[in-house]
Amino acid sequence: MLAAFLGFQVIRRVSPLLHTPLMSLTNALDAIAVVGAILLAGRHESTLSFWLGMIAIVAATSNIVGGFLITDRMLKMFKSTRPQKPQS
Amino acid sequence: MTLSANFYIEICYLIATALFVLSLMWLSAPTTARRGVLAGEIGMILAVGGTLLEKGIIDLHWVIVALVIGSLIGIPLGLVQMTAVPQRTAVSHAFGACCVTLVGTAEFFLRSPNVPKFTMSVLSLEVILGGLTFTGSLIAAAKLQELKFIPQRPVTYKGQNIVNLAILASTVIIAVILVLDSSHHILFLVMVAISLVVGVMLIIPIGGADMPTVISLLNSYAALSAAAMGFVLNSKLLIVAGALDGSSGFILSVIMCKAMNRSFTNVLFGAFGQVQTSGKAEKEERTVRSASPEEAAGILGAASSVVIVPGYGMAVAQAQHKVRELYDILSKKGVDVKFGIHPVAGRMPGHMNVLLAEADIPYERLVEMEDINSDIPQTDVALIIGANDVTNPAARTDTSSPIYGMPILDVDKARTVMVIKRSMNPGFAGIDNPLYYLDRTLMLFGDAKGFVNDIVRELSGNSAH
Repeated sequence: MLAAFLGFQVIRRVSPLLHTPLMSLTNALDAIAVVGAILLAGRHESTLSFWLGMIAIVAATSNIVGGFLITDRMLKMFKSTRPQKPQS
Repeated sequence: MTLSANFYIEICYLIATALFVLSLMWLSAPTTARRGVLAGEIGMILAVGGTLLEKGIIDLHWVIVALVIGSLIGIPLGLVQMTAVPQRTAVSHAFGACCVTLVGTAEFFLRSPNVPKFTMSVLSLEVILGGLTFTGSLIAAAKLQELKFIPQRPVTYKGQNIVNLAILASTVIIAVILVLDSSHHILFLVMVAISLVVGVMLIIPIGGADMPTVISLLNSYAALSAAAMGFVLNSKLLIVAGALDGSSGFILSVIMCKAMNRSFTNVLFGAFGQVQTSGKAEKEERTVRSASPEEAAGILGAASSVVIVPGYGMAVAQAQHKVRELYDILSKKGVDVKFGIHPVAGRMPGHMNVLLAEADIPYERLVEMEDINSDIPQTDVALIIGANDVTNPAARTDTSSPIYGMPILDVDKARTVMVIKRSMNPGFAGIDNPLYYLDRTLMLFGDAKGFVNDIVRELSGNSAH
């Protein structure tokens, strides 16, 4: 609950300008579920849980890597006024 | 397990949690946003690293193999075209939800039949949300990618809402049975299967204009299922991260709904397609004025202030780089060019901003709806590129219009309005736009990219003379 409240406060201040990067970043952060997947696959308690865990790790890691990568690429593009901009 | 290893793991998780919060905080401003990404990355590495330290892990090498494969898949996903970002986001929601559902399923089979009631409740929540997000996101991605086999337009049928609610209710009932007696393996699988069906059923009736809301909502669901997983595994890190992201997705959907003056239930249960048929009986022939690229260039060149309103059409035509050229050439002539961005323009929240930023347009020039609307009456030319419903003055005046009450960009108050559009066909929502019949409106018929290119050529030709 505390986290949700904190989330509300934090996100409300994000400008619409950055909504897309925000979404892809939260996406990457969501992939924190990989922690659960690692525990599952790593403990190898049954064959089923091992393989489900493995697939889950692959899915989540691709989200982590892809998510951070694209968020950073997007943010790199958000430049302030370019230096060569003519003063009008 | 030694005390010290446990201690380090806890510290890792604690720092990771803090970094996630910081990461989202820094993302609130463009200047600090990249720092936010870095914080998120470090947090993630700490979290994964900390987990690998857990003593219970015996198959470390296999875990690492999976991590590597995942990263290899992730890299191309991180390098897609900017115009494909909405689909990519939907796909990654699907991956995230897939991960959560699989883990949830595996946890159930490991713990059954002695699952405590609380754990079973959150476990059910986890797989139901995960399951419906998984298929729902895949459908959304297919719609966004405009794959042939999936209809772009909302698919609706009589009694759809009742059917959907009934299916959803059945998952809840199964969940309750499982909470009372967690030995029913088959029932659990049925529950997962039904939630997968629910995902399809929920998203199929939703059309293009509502995509921004739906994507935010799916984002929220994916995150909440991760938070539920946190309760199952008793991991504070997961709960916090999931709740943070869940509320983020939720706020985004609320913002999107507000921007369309519609309620949540309206978006989820009332497809636009149904409304459009009513109340649009009168179809008088009205005249529009059209103009050539030369005329358009002349008007733009003579203006002192221009507001450009981009929409999904600009994204489809990949016209953002041409628009940048137009921006450059007009700025050089001393014209004040701004961009008016409607919150739901495009197919996901902030879609237009990303595209224009990709085309190297400084973000100070991208103005939000509330701020630009006060400027528009003093603006010489409003140039609309591939946007439709967000500029429709019927939303202000016509109470019978399905979009009545939706906040719009008041482009009709500008001295001249120019609309680049392929034809007179109504937009995605199928609503006629009275803006096009105003005396001060010039219709520029053509492909967004080609037309902007013609204007640019015309303008640069003139300046050479």
